[in-house]
Amino acid sequence: MNPAFSPNDWYRSQFDAFERTLNGESQSQLHSLRRAAMDKFLTIGFPTTRNEEWRFTSVAPIAKGEFKPVLQFASSGVTKADVGMFSLETQHRLVFINGHFAAQFSTAGNLPTGVVCGSLASSVRSADPNVLSFLARQVKIDETPFVSLNTAFLQDGAFIVVPDGIAVDDSIQLLFIASEKKPFLVSPRNLVIIGKQSRVSIVESYVSLIDQPYLTNAVTEIVAGDESIIEHDKLQNESLKAFHVAMIQATLGSKAQFTSNSIAVGGAIVRNNVTVVLDAERSECTLNGLSLGTGRQVIDNHTTIDHAKPNCASHELYKAILDGKSKGVFNGKIFVRPDAQKTDAKQTNKTLLLSDEATIDTKPQLEIFADDVKCTHGATVGQLDAEQVFYLRSRGIGEMAAKDILTFAFASDVVGRVHVDPLKKQLESLIHERLDQGRLVQPI
Amino acid sequence: MLEITNLHASINGTEILNGINLKVNAGEVHAIMGPNGSGKSTLAQVLAGRDSYEVTQGEVLYEGKNLLDLDPEERAREGLFLAFQYPVEIPGVNNTYFLKAALNAIRKYKGQEELDAIDFLNLVKEKMKLMEIDDSLLNRSVNEGFSGGEKKRNEIFHMAVLQPKLAILDETDSGLDIDALRIVADGVNKLRRKDNAVLLVTHYQRLLNYIVPDFVHVLMDGRIVKSGRKELALQLEEKGYDWVKDEVDRQPVQA
Repeated sequence: MNPAFSPNDWYRSQFDAFERTLNGESQSQLHSLRRAAMDKFLTIGFPTTRNEEWRFTSVAPIAKGEFKPVLQFASSGVTKADVGMFSLETQHRLVFINGHFAAQFSTAGNLPTGVVCGSLASSVRSADPNVLSFLARQVKIDETPFVSLNTAFLQDGAFIVVPDGIAVDDSIQLLFIASEKKPFLVSPRNLVIIGKQSRVSIVESYVSLIDQPYLTNAVTEIVAGDESIIEHDKLQNESLKAFHVAMIQATLGSKAQFTSNSIAVGGAIVRNNVTVVLDAERSECTLNGLSLGTGRQVIDNHTTIDHAKPNCASHELYKAILDGKSKGVFNGKIFVRPDAQKTDAKQTNKTLLLSDEATIDTKPQLEIFADDVKCTHGATVGQLDAEQVFYLRSRGIGEMAAKDILTFAFASDVVGRVHVDPLKKQLESLIHERLDQGRLVQPI
Repeated sequence: MLEITNLHASINGTEILNGINLKVNAGEVHAIMGPNGSGKSTLAQVLAGRDSYEVTQGEVLYEGKNLLDLDPEERAREGLFLAFQYPVEIPGVNNTYFLKAALNAIRKYKGQEELDAIDFLNLVKEKMKLMEIDDSLLNRSVNEGFSGGEKKRNEIFHMAVLQPKLAILDETDSGLDIDALRIVADGVNKLRRKDNAVLLVTHYQRLLNYIVPDFVHVLMDGRIVKSGRKELALQLEEKGYDWVKDEVDRQPVQA
């Protein structure tokens, strides 16, 4: 690689090239947002491990990459069969190829009146007022350098609006397929606005049809209305050569219930940020996570729960199964603001190490400014329990099978919390396939 | 069926078993009794293949095979079963799923066809009735959140399904109330056959009122110091273990 390579120069020239394709749109409000974000990115640049937020994970391999933004939709050889391979059994599916909405593979299905479920780009084109009033309001453009970069190249993603009092029964799958020959950058941007007393489940799936380096840099903003019930699931199952950075942020109204299940099994370097702001009384969030790491994978989960108002609850369970020389990171922040009395927060992080060379950095970070609160956290790191292995073996089950059963059980603790049945089944078979002879094997 | 000769075993360098000799024939029930810390549970664990104990001397023949050469799962597949004193909780592993996996591993080893879901369920239902086991225990994770009595009953239920040739029950009576004890004992008695054997490890004589042993052995300081018929258990109940200890102390050590 070119030693004089400058990520700033690279992305500045990519941005210039992007602007040249825009013509009239370059005067739009959206584009001034992009420009502001680009400026921010050029000022901050990619983080280094000297930055506290990135202490455990070096993104140097990402910064060094000459990733070219995919500016236009192309089907890139993706077939219906490819899409079928990754599709969950649901009637609502939005498919994105290299970050761009693929209408021919998508099915909005039968949705209640008033529900919007489609491409962000097309809603921008039709000047949907919701887009500009909500976009980049939950996630500040300089929240992280990657958010700045995402916003600078923001073009498409899912745009979902569920009006007040509506339940969407079937889950909505957002399927992001990577398929491009050259190293590329995709910047999916999802905006989800859920009305009062509404209910919805959304699954984001990230997959690759290619096996080479590229960068997925995604941002999902979620606004949860009062008393809404939302499950947001994410399966990151990309190529082991891919880089994946993502920010999911949800802001909760009064008595809203938000669940995030984040499963990361692919990617060379993966960084997931999940941030929830409990912004009104009696709102509740549940954050679950599962990472499966092999080879030299780095899977970093950063969560932030901001108890901004009183009487809110948060439950958090993040688990990792690490084999080979893989590395996991868990950093769980919980803020309890001075007003947020009667907060009930529980955080648990458990890691199973299947090899001597796998490592985990785990860091609870509780900052509590109220005095009448209940906050607990706990972290365990270990191997399979020898007593349990012996118990299974003493009943006739072989040693390796016993280990696989126990490792699966460790994972199923999180998988069991996914309420979207087709995803749960997909996850169960995925984990079964990855477990062999007491080890975690790489996907074929 | 089982022949233990001069068995010595230690854990972290401390010798626990100190030359055990014991012969168990098919059709027999043997009770191993002894005070706390005498090595009863160690003997049970060593026979089942727990690798935290190191066998330093001696030999164990099981149906003519060198038992100590076999992995724990091979011992189980050859028909040995240990009912644990403290059954391990295994969150996330369904009790029925586990039992089916165990039974089919054993059947496969024996060259028998694996049972399908329906045949397995029928077998389970039959054995549940025998052990007066509640349906809910089947659908829960193995031993997770079970009461002490439920755990012990679940062990005997596993035994009933797996149908071992040699069952070792390690303090299965401890922690059981009198009703549960009767159920467990009935279960064991119904499983007694001419071609299988039971080794009961117990501290108290109580269980032996329900499962009548053919032989009683007293274990002290890692050795069997006295053997007798079922009456020996009653004597122990009456006089305590000190009585045997005094008797042993008076005797010269046999060469």
